[in-house]
Amino acid sequence: MTAPVLTALVFLPAAAAAALLCLPRAAGRRVFLLTWAAVSAAVLALTVALWTGYDHGGGIQYETHARWIPSAGIGYHVGVDGLSLPLLALTAVLFPACALYALRETRRVREFAALFLFLETTCLGLFASLDLILFFVFFDLSIVAMYFVIAGWGHPGAARAAQKFFLYTFAGSLALLLGFIGLYLAADPHTFDIVALAGENPLAGRSGYGALVLLAVGLGLAVKTPTVPFHTWLPPAHTEAPAAGSAILAGVLLKMGTYGFLRIAMPLLPESWRTYAPAFVAVGVVSVLYGALVALAQTDFKRMIAYTSVNHMGYILLALGAAAALGADTAAARRLAVTGATYQMVSHGLLTGALFLLAGVLHERGRTYAMDAYSGVAARAPAFAALTGVAVFASLGLPGFSGFIAEFQILAGSLGPRPVATALAVPGILLTAALLVRALQRMFLGPLRLPDSPGTPRPFPDLRAHEAAAIVPLLALAVVLGVFPRFVLDVVEPFSRTVLELVAR
Amino acid sequence: MSAALWALVAVPLAAGALLAAAGRRADRYAPAVAVTASAATLVAAVSVAAARPQTQVPLLAGLPFGLGAHGLSGPMAVAVAAVTLAVLVSSAAGAGAREPRARFFGLMLLFCGAMLVTVTATALPALLMGWEFMGATSWALIGFQWRDPVRAEAAGVAYVTTRAADLGLYLAAGAALAGGRATGLDLDRLHEVPAPWLHLLTAGVLAAALGKSAQLPVSFWLSRAMQGPSPVSALLHSATMVVAGAYLLLRVQPLLAVSGWGDDAVAWTGAATALVLGLVAVAQRDLKQLLAASSCAQIGFMVLAAGVGATTGGTLQLLAHAAAKSLAFLVAGFWLTAFGAGTLPALRGAAGRNVVAGAAFTVAALGLAGVPPLSLWAAKDLLLAGALEYGPALYAAGLAAAVVSAVYAVKALWYVWHPPGPVPRRTAAPPTETATEPRAGTPTDAPAEAPTDTSTDTPTETPVEAPAPRSGAGSGPPGRGPRALPVPEALSFAVLALAVAALAALALPGPRAAVADRIGARGEAAPYAWEFALTAALALAASAATWARSGRRGHLPAGLTAPFAGWLGMEAAARALLVRPVLRLAAALAAFDDRVLDRGVDGLARGTVRFAGGVDRGAEAAVDGAVEAVGAASRALGRLARRPQTGQLHAYLAQAVAAFTVLAAVFVLVR
Repeated sequence: MTAPVLTALVFLPAAAAAALLCLPRAAGRRVFLLTWAAVSAAVLALTVALWTGYDHGGGIQYETHARWIPSAGIGYHVGVDGLSLPLLALTAVLFPACALYALRETRRVREFAALFLFLETTCLGLFASLDLILFFVFFDLSIVAMYFVIAGWGHPGAARAAQKFFLYTFAGSLALLLGFIGLYLAADPHTFDIVALAGENPLAGRSGYGALVLLAVGLGLAVKTPTVPFHTWLPPAHTEAPAAGSAILAGVLLKMGTYGFLRIAMPLLPESWRTYAPAFVAVGVVSVLYGALVALAQTDFKRMIAYTSVNHMGYILLALGAAAALGADTAAARRLAVTGATYQMVSHGLLTGALFLLAGVLHERGRTYAMDAYSGVAARAPAFAALTGVAVFASLGLPGFSGFIAEFQILAGSLGPRPVATALAVPGILLTAALLVRALQRMFLGPLRLPDSPGTPRPFPDLRAHEAAAIVPLLALAVVLGVFPRFVLDVVEPFSRTVLELVAR
Repeated sequence: MSAALWALVAVPLAAGALLAAAGRRADRYAPAVAVTASAATLVAAVSVAAARPQTQVPLLAGLPFGLGAHGLSGPMAVAVAAVTLAVLVSSAAGAGAREPRARFFGLMLLFCGAMLVTVTATALPALLMGWEFMGATSWALIGFQWRDPVRAEAAGVAYVTTRAADLGLYLAAGAALAGGRATGLDLDRLHEVPAPWLHLLTAGVLAAALGKSAQLPVSFWLSRAMQGPSPVSALLHSATMVVAGAYLLLRVQPLLAVSGWGDDAVAWTGAATALVLGLVAVAQRDLKQLLAASSCAQIGFMVLAAGVGATTGGTLQLLAHAAAKSLAFLVAGFWLTAFGAGTLPALRGAAGRNVVAGAAFTVAALGLAGVPPLSLWAAKDLLLAGALEYGPALYAAGLAAAVVSAVYAVKALWYVWHPPGPVPRRTAAPPTETATEPRAGTPTDAPAEAPTDTSTDTPTETPVEAPAPRSGAGSGPPGRGPRALPVPEALSFAVLALAVAALAALALPGPRAAVADRIGARGEAAPYAWEFALTAALALAASAATWARSGRRGHLPAGLTAPFAGWLGMEAAARALLVRPVLRLAAALAAFDDRVLDRGVDGLARGTVRFAGGVDRGAEAAVDGAVEAVGAASRALGRLARRPQTGQLHAYLAQAVAAFTVLAAVFVLVR
């Protein structure tokens, strides 16, 4: 592939954002929103083309390697493999959904659309990066863009939540940078290139140095993922963010953390990863159980979903930690675990994206996320209730949806290498089932009761067409991934094999 | 032929999904579509049961999604499809015009498809997929009348309880994968998994199966599940969902045997459930609750059969019970709609008002009682022969449980055949007893229940709107007479009643050998003639005694039944021991999250700001002070430097002289 199609894909939204900012504000709300939707749909179409042209098991493809700052060993290196392709596709699916959802947005629409388009570029760029500094640049820019989304379009308490989100994740990114510099200095010749670093394995045999670098990288990624105890920025950020912002934050931005583990921590620091895998397994299990239990105690619908994200991301860390336990007899199980972890990223992105958009629908009508303010909503909004029910059951790992394929692989694959930790994590799926079904039952079933605060629009309208158009495809895709998982697994499985070979060095 | 296998699961799932998604727009066509789809499913089931195809497609790495109809799967598929058809025909006939029929029939078909995946799955992943999906559809079906918070809550309890047990299958899959990935998690090869993993595998399968089949100690969810519509109970809680656990245990019988403890645990759990839940059934005063407890007890016999390796007997018991219990639930649903109440006293004389329904219920109840020559009697003997081989204690427990089943079945019969006499009323029954079907954990069998106290039996109790999903079909006060029994519904009753009787033929030596061969059972104990005679005599004697005693003093002494009326407080115990501690822990952790972790981070931020303030006041002042001091010193030096510039010539001359003097001195000294 000679044409830099991947670069075009990554920077198309940013170019559109720049163009939007050149238009006068008076051009009208519709122009900006429809441009946003059209451009993100074009990105989706490009991604589909990328996927159809992708050769399973062909390693890194659509590669572009250009000089950028050669004196510092930094290059513009992008490419696609079995890990990045599903996440690029997830990004390309979620952004048009958010664009459709936001069609009724009225506040500073030009900036809103431009910001989201810029955010899309940072997300796509991160998942395509094969250079640590390029990765870092996109990582930080995504934080900046999300800060403005939350602060500018969030609920009343957004300023403080956005500040917390920014400072916390930015501090994490600094730890990440420190680790990257450690890797750079260890390599000979000095380089930030991920492919070169993975091939060289610069920290082989230097356990102390390796441990420090893993600590820095792990800390940075753990904040972003987020894992317990670095998750406290997440609930306020979600509760205060606008629905589309929450969907992207949970659906795409959180994946940057786990993506970093698979892309950087495991292949570049194999020895340290194997040594300290039990710590990551422990953090994963604690996140699973702690996230589920704290979610169980929440009274705010959106905050509850935020905590279930901690739970769902914990499974990924558990699987990645379990995959480091060497042993020929567990090789197949560990591959299953890594594949499941990647699948979980995609699945969680779709389902949490849908759930946050649904939470936005709820707030738009009732002006509150408090669960005890609602009862029997299904009577007034049957389609909304049905979709929420589907999203809830999908999110709790029901077979037929993508979550089951992910969680089954993670749990079945991790049990062999890490029996005790996995057995402890299994009740997590019961806790999420209990808390989600309870929320569903309390808010949507039973006698009708709606919040009656000043400014509440009394009729609680059912799902509007553009809202349904945003949410239904996400859930439909979750069904497709749950029933016909092979087309994604065929892409992911070769990558799992490769990354485990790299870890085994 | 594998096309028929795919059609078997795809037709109900696709039709169900379409109906459920279409919603109220499809209400008019829903019954017809559902009955057609279900008939097609039955055709597919019969054809795969005959041809026994097997097929698989890749699902996960090394773990294909396999379906097959060999062994027990074929007959199970036929039974599931047949009962589904019977129930759907019966519901279609009674469905009211204003009911959300598309949702109801869609969910029923989705459930049926999930159950068919479960019974035809050849390996754990496919089984787990069907198993879990079935649980979720059962939630939607039990909570079908979702406006009633009690029913919504009941659906949640049933779902969460069964899912708790389902965790066992996740562990089992992991253990099977860790121990023997070469098996591909094939159900027929699970016993090849080596030792340490074998035990986890067995424990996981056991937990999942016993939980799904509402065995002790989690039987309570079935009591709550009775809040669902009666056709749902007729399908889920007789022939399908609750027997999935027994099916799985019968299917993996070699695993139980190899584990060394699984078979004992299963046999005794089954026997204990058969006996204890039988007593619970005797103590119920609500017909559906009685039937639910009876389901647990009758499935206990199947579980017992799996434990002792009497697969043929267990299979026959499963099929016979499926027919008898779904028939009983269908008739119960008909009466519930017709009379507006489900308690036994309120149903007094119900059988006499519509002879077809009454006769059908009689066949079902006598079947459950184990009265010869109906099929459950013969099936029980087959499986009890295995128990006798296992040990006399287990056999005795099984016999006792059989006697108890005769008692509760005949108790129900007595009520429905005895119209309330013209007895003076004393007090009205508490309204809750008729307004909704009672919840588990509430005493449902008050001492006043004895038939001599007929005050609660009078037909003057307030009729309530029937909770079945066909309330549009007219529910009137009992005095006005029941609604007419539609022909298709009567036909369903007749077919199921015929099956209750005819399935007994499978116990005859010839057909029995064929069944054993079909399901791959070998070397199982065959009952002696005296065993048949003994159980027949016991069933008849217990039935006669119950009938006679019912007229005079009640069925069993109140002191004996009182603890069983509330399902032994199982749900209360589960809430006290598990649910409440978990909720408390969750609240504590949430408080910790807010007050310690989050405050800690905020504190760090505040500390940084405070430190910055300190730096500002302390270090910044010092640094700035130093800079200021340098400036001040420079200014002072500048002032000093300006001093010699006086503008007077003599002063400059004197300065020059002084300077040259110094220079000269330096020159001299240095040189």
